[in-house]
Amino acid sequence: MELHDVWFVLIAVLWTGYFFLEGFDFGIGVLTKLLARDRSERRVLINTIGPVWDGNEVWLLSAGGATFAAFPEWYATLFSGFYLPLLLILVCLIVRGVAFEYRVKRPEERWQRNWEHAIFWCSLLPAFLWGVAFGNIVRGVPIDAHKEYVGGVLDLLNPYALLGGLVTLTLFTFHGAVFASLKTLGDIRARARRTATVLGLAAAVLAIVFLGWTQLDKGDTSSLVAMAVAVVALVAGLVMNHLGREGWSFAFSGVTIVAAVAMLFLTLFPNVMPSSLNESWSLTVSNASSSAYTLKIMTWCAGIATPIVMLYQGWTYWVFRKRIGTQHIADAH
Amino acid sequence: MDLALAPETLARWQFGITTVYHFLFVPLTISLAALVAGLETAWVRTGKQQYLKATKFWGKLFLINIAMGVVTGIVQEFQFGMNWSDYSRFVGDVFGAPLAFEALIAFFFESTFIGLWIFGWDKLPKKLHCFCMWMVSIGTILSSYFILAANSWMQHPVGYKYNAANGRAELSDFWKVLTQDTTLVVVFHTLTAAFLTGAAFMVGIAAYHLMRKKHVKVMRTSLRLGLVTLVIAGALTAISGDQLGKVMFRQQPMKMAAAEALWDKEGPAPFSVFAYGDVDKGHNKVAIEIPGLLSFLAHNDFSTPVPGINDVNKAEQQKYGPGDYRPNIPVAYWGFRWMIGFGMASFAIGLAGLWLTRKKFWLSPGLRTGDEEPPHLVLTKNKVLGVRLSKLYWSLAFVTLGFPLIANSWGWIFTEMGRQPWAVYGVLKTSSAVSPGVSQGEVITSMTVFTLLYAILAVIEVRLLVKYVKAGPPELTDDDLNPPTKIGGDHADADRPMAFSY
Repeated sequence: MELHDVWFVLIAVLWTGYFFLEGFDFGIGVLTKLLARDRSERRVLINTIGPVWDGNEVWLLSAGGATFAAFPEWYATLFSGFYLPLLLILVCLIVRGVAFEYRVKRPEERWQRNWEHAIFWCSLLPAFLWGVAFGNIVRGVPIDAHKEYVGGVLDLLNPYALLGGLVTLTLFTFHGAVFASLKTLGDIRARARRTATVLGLAAAVLAIVFLGWTQLDKGDTSSLVAMAVAVVALVAGLVMNHLGREGWSFAFSGVTIVAAVAMLFLTLFPNVMPSSLNESWSLTVSNASSSAYTLKIMTWCAGIATPIVMLYQGWTYWVFRKRIGTQHIADAH
Repeated sequence: MDLALAPETLARWQFGITTVYHFLFVPLTISLAALVAGLETAWVRTGKQQYLKATKFWGKLFLINIAMGVVTGIVQEFQFGMNWSDYSRFVGDVFGAPLAFEALIAFFFESTFIGLWIFGWDKLPKKLHCFCMWMVSIGTILSSYFILAANSWMQHPVGYKYNAANGRAELSDFWKVLTQDTTLVVVFHTLTAAFLTGAAFMVGIAAYHLMRKKHVKVMRTSLRLGLVTLVIAGALTAISGDQLGKVMFRQQPMKMAAAEALWDKEGPAPFSVFAYGDVDKGHNKVAIEIPGLLSFLAHNDFSTPVPGINDVNKAEQQKYGPGDYRPNIPVAYWGFRWMIGFGMASFAIGLAGLWLTRKKFWLSPGLRTGDEEPPHLVLTKNKVLGVRLSKLYWSLAFVTLGFPLIANSWGWIFTEMGRQPWAVYGVLKTSSAVSPGVSQGEVITSMTVFTLLYAILAVIEVRLLVKYVKAGPPELTDDDLNPPTKIGGDHADADRPMAFSY
């Protein structure tokens, strides 16, 4: 296994970490309208991720930075090619971050309501668009001999990728609902479980179609195994949710995300961005990667930093492990 | 294509707008994180309530700012790929590593511990809570180090070799990238300027309240901390700026010649105070100069010749082939002056304030003030400034909070535009760095979106800052004064509201 293969795995790990963690953050954002009945319930939901969402989002910055360093060609083609969707994601992440922090800082009804709209839409859109982006990466996009994306924005809105977007949206929202049932108290907890059942079923149907399509198109044995794990975990998550075993349910919804991302990366390898025009123009782990020296340094950095990050980030979750309910939300802003 | 709408021009404008905007918040948050951590440490060690009030007050202003700094930073991480894909392909092997280091080491630190600090008042023992803010502070400083190492490599590329087969720069010595003199001096200069910024912010807001005789105890403490930091940071900014100038005279003579509008080699070279030039003809129409000073700034003596713009342009033409290697001279010249002018004005106001508000030194005992009253502004031993002059000083001290923001912005505009036409000095031209596949329409779209969004957010954030500045420090509750003794909080009542919630 060469270093650029290692880095392919590490990039996959960073994206997996991002989707696992910000997945439920996005889900919580969507649920502020889907599940919460009033402002104090919305606040309960937002506060389940309050102390952690910012740290969760850094997984994206790490994935981006690591892609720049380890696969400059991939970084360049992907972000210049998927220009407008990425712009939309960036706008959402900007507004959403400010919304969490500023919403509570003024008492006016209009102020709070506007930021709540922002939290909903700016969680929903990225949850959908990341699926569209990864659907397109796996499917292949028009890339020419100079590794340039030559398609338009409409090329990105094909049925397969749009289905991918629906899968991430429903899956993340399911993951968020299960997280909500694990982190809240009272009435909202029971409703979170019911909502999770509906979302989980929808996610299961969509995911089976999408992953099955992927498997038929590009799959091999390893991707089939990953797909099987994803589907079984999703079903297990639904069952556990039904039985009221919230911790297990969350573990399984997490495994579903991990396995689904793993499957996409498995079908991708050894490409990082296949060209739909000519197979030989595809970006691969070897023609898109950095030099061995850079990869070696990066391996040391990631190898030491990532476990430490997981340790202190994990500690944060432990500090804020208690469930919260409407009684815990102070009136004062 | 119309040059004004060329992709290169548009992409540069977008980079300029988003980066200058981002950098309004960066130095403020770097310094406020450390200052808040210092105040919280004082509270933990002394138990004096004004320190806790100050921690909460400045902490809140810090949070309002860092929220903006964090979200606008996300754009920075991605726009190299979006608008500068050829740049990314060319330099990714070298430039990507410090960016990835920044995310993996610094951003995680910053973002995780800030969550703990915001929500941790009733969950963490006070020492641990304070420790979290120090971790945030370390995160911000590490972050600046890595990103400045990356920028310094663009200013003065080292530790790489050109790979002709791949047509890109490849890293050969990462340690050199992290420790070259450009990096070290730029980090020194940027961090000291960051502390100048936060200190001026603190001084300005404290002056605002003291002038109105409000929240005196907390604001006296804040004023003192702000003034001392402002003076130390101001002096160090000047020293590091001088060092950086000398490094730049060596590494980018064009930038420094442009900064002085020095067209032709002179020895001894004068320092220009004011100049109005004719760029096309390559000379100044009007010039007011201090003889010999530029030679000193460049070489530490008053006589060594300093090459001019025309000389360096010829030298670079010989070295890199035909072309115009001059940056935008008026921007470089005036940017340089505004940077120094506004930065040092803030320093001077701080120095004056430190003297005027002194506690004991050369001060008649009758003019000493207690913790509960605003300090008199005392010029000499017995001479207090008059009402109008006092008011003038407090007003100046208030407006100085904006000066370093202007200085920082012009500093970056100068250093980045002064490097043009290069993206990576001597290696990659900016015109070869843009994304070839991105259309004019796409860049215009994103530039418009970011500009509008940032403008709206600026209004929202400034109004929020004003609200919380005016409100002053919060009254402390029993819970504030009795922080938990164990992790997770030690209240038996399970239904107790959270100390802070979104």
